[in-house]
Amino acid sequence: MRRIIAVLLENEAGALSRVIGLFSQRNFNIESLTVAPTEDVTLSRLTLTTEGDERTVEQITKQLHKLVEVVKVMDLCEADHIERELMLIKVRAGANDRQEIKRTADIFRGQIVDVTADTYTVQLVGPSDKLDAFIRAIGKAPILEVVRSGVSGVGRGDRVLSL
Amino acid sequence: MAEMLSGGDMLIRALQDEGVEYVFGYPGGAALHIYDAIFKQQKVEHVLVRHEQAATHMADGYARATGKPGVVLVTSGPGATNAITGIATAYMDSIPMVVISAQVPQDLIGTDAFQETDMVGISRPVVKHSFMVKSAAEMPAVVKKAFHLASSGRPGPVVIDVPKDTTEPTVFAEYEYPQSIMMRSYNPATKGNGRQIRKAINALVQAHRPVIYVGGGVIMADASEPLRQLVKAAGWPITSTLMGLGAYPGEDPQFLGMLGMHGSYQANMAMHEADLICCIGARFDDRVTNNPDKFSPQATIIHVDVDPASISKIVEADIPIVGDANLVVQEMGANLAATLEAESADSKAAREERSAKWWQQINTWRDAHGFDHHMQPEPGKPILPQLAVQAVYRATEGEAYVTSDVGQHQMFAAQYYHFPEPRRWINSGGLGTMGFGLPSAMGVQMAFPDATVVCVTGEGSFMMNMQELSTCLQYGLPIKIINLNNQALGMVKQWQDMQYGGRHSQSTYSDSLPDFKTLVEAFGHVGIKVSEAEALEPALQQAFSNELKNRLVFVDIWVDPHEHVYPMAIKGGSMRDMILSKSLATEPN
Repeated sequence: MRRIIAVLLENEAGALSRVIGLFSQRNFNIESLTVAPTEDVTLSRLTLTTEGDERTVEQITKQLHKLVEVVKVMDLCEADHIERELMLIKVRAGANDRQEIKRTADIFRGQIVDVTADTYTVQLVGPSDKLDAFIRAIGKAPILEVVRSGVSGVGRGDRVLSL
Repeated sequence: MAEMLSGGDMLIRALQDEGVEYVFGYPGGAALHIYDAIFKQQKVEHVLVRHEQAATHMADGYARATGKPGVVLVTSGPGATNAITGIATAYMDSIPMVVISAQVPQDLIGTDAFQETDMVGISRPVVKHSFMVKSAAEMPAVVKKAFHLASSGRPGPVVIDVPKDTTEPTVFAEYEYPQSIMMRSYNPATKGNGRQIRKAINALVQAHRPVIYVGGGVIMADASEPLRQLVKAAGWPITSTLMGLGAYPGEDPQFLGMLGMHGSYQANMAMHEADLICCIGARFDDRVTNNPDKFSPQATIIHVDVDPASISKIVEADIPIVGDANLVVQEMGANLAATLEAESADSKAAREERSAKWWQQINTWRDAHGFDHHMQPEPGKPILPQLAVQAVYRATEGEAYVTSDVGQHQMFAAQYYHFPEPRRWINSGGLGTMGFGLPSAMGVQMAFPDATVVCVTGEGSFMMNMQELSTCLQYGLPIKIINLNNQALGMVKQWQDMQYGGRHSQSTYSDSLPDFKTLVEAFGHVGIKVSEAEALEPALQQAFSNELKNRLVFVDIWVDPHEHVYPMAIKGGSMRDMILSKSLATEPN
């Protein structure tokens, strides 16, 4: 079961290494991880995606809570939520492929953010599976680089993770 | 106006204000400003060890015996890394400890400077939390936080890494020690949920075959007194983990002995057959449960723990209660009293009948394969290690603080020495650290100079930290060391006997053991060697005599090298699956 866990943690040196260390130490896996300061500069928000059964996910949230610098933890998948990931994908776009790539990017509501004579860089935002689908969709065009931000997420409606 | 102090002076002053009696440590370059601050005062006594690992175990022994955090001071680099084993030991057993490690000056951090190591990084997986001090001004708040974290909630070791420049004697900052500290991200549980507690008591009162299973958390939370009242009031059978021995009196008939891999037959059978298990301050360790999938198949599980992450980690709890064991057990007691008060005559009679039946079953188990606590020496036969522990129990009248190392001797001590009170049995349970026994005994003796402190050890473990005999002389620590000498790494050898066709790979060294009597005499202490069964009692009488009250005595007891620890859990089985002797095992279910 894939889970998205949002964590508010003290914006202090070393706090992130404790979170990462916890995952390797306890044999939990991390698929993606993003972290940045929030509107309150003393807090960072970290979003990570992980795989595990219910028991493992419960342990992950409890162990995260135990870290002294972790202020709050929320399993976004427990209720309605929005997840987004940003991808920059650079493809070889020769004369024959350019139209097709552009069309596919349009279908996925992607933007071409850099153009050279034989490359396109497409920016795409959406849930991770949409990004996966785009990679499959552009099919035969040779991919030069894929850069993904990792998942960010937020609960729908009044469901808020804050102090 | 607040006082102006240097960072080094602040650190020591903060320890004074925290009420610290002893700091166990070893100096070195990066720590010199701090050591100068120690020199200039008398309130905090520094104990100079011979190896930093021993400093951590001394602080640990002190903490386990007193309940107060143990304090360690080491220098950077090797001083810090040597402390790691002791920090990990304290972490696994949730022992409050504050470890101050000096660090190279901040402008050298990251340059591979002399005696630099990333202490915050290297200790991270084995600490409750850690700090690196950035400036002298931070010192009071960091120390306050460290002590608060170490000793509250589920206790544990906290590291304060102190770069040398923050202790510079010519740089001053305002010193004021905070009265209290708030940390928005740290709010340990205190009171348990009242509804859950009522549910637990209801389940307990209605159970047919209840067992109370307690661990070190009861001792940490000082919950022994309310626990005793609770268990006595209802007449429930109680068992304890290795870490919880002494939480309930060892000689009490309601006590089934230790449970687990080398636990008593009756405790393990009772756990397996129970229809209700109430676990307080224990964590379903693999050395207790054996195969968790086969653990107590019929039991409803109540689990009381201050750490929510311990609940349903290994065994799913039916009635989880997060809270401080002392407060929860007190509330359980009050609840039980009210429940029993309101009980009708009929339900009381029914409950008593269920209880009598359960006890009858338990006593049948106890009579069949319980420990023989009245062994007698047999002249001409080798000394059995179990007998040696019983003889120590008699010689100390059960009133000693007993520390141990790790291995067969540890299990024999746990099985055969009965602890009447908590904080008397001090051993490395979770990490299983050889070399723990002697230095932890030293910490206990520092805390209680007049108490009888016994270190039950084996020659393998003892040799891992025997350099501390020198420290014992320096501080006049009259510890009694009982060395169960089987001329081998006994527990390793036992496993090799049982699971590796008797191939003793790297577990024997009988040709190269020192003469321990001469060795301890060279350190200025008293050595006694015992190899005949008849000589055992007289030797112990001498060791514990008034005449040697102020001396460290090392009793080197040559025990039967072929003896195994039984019962022993059968790997992969349930708790009822045990090997009971060299020729007997429980029947498969």
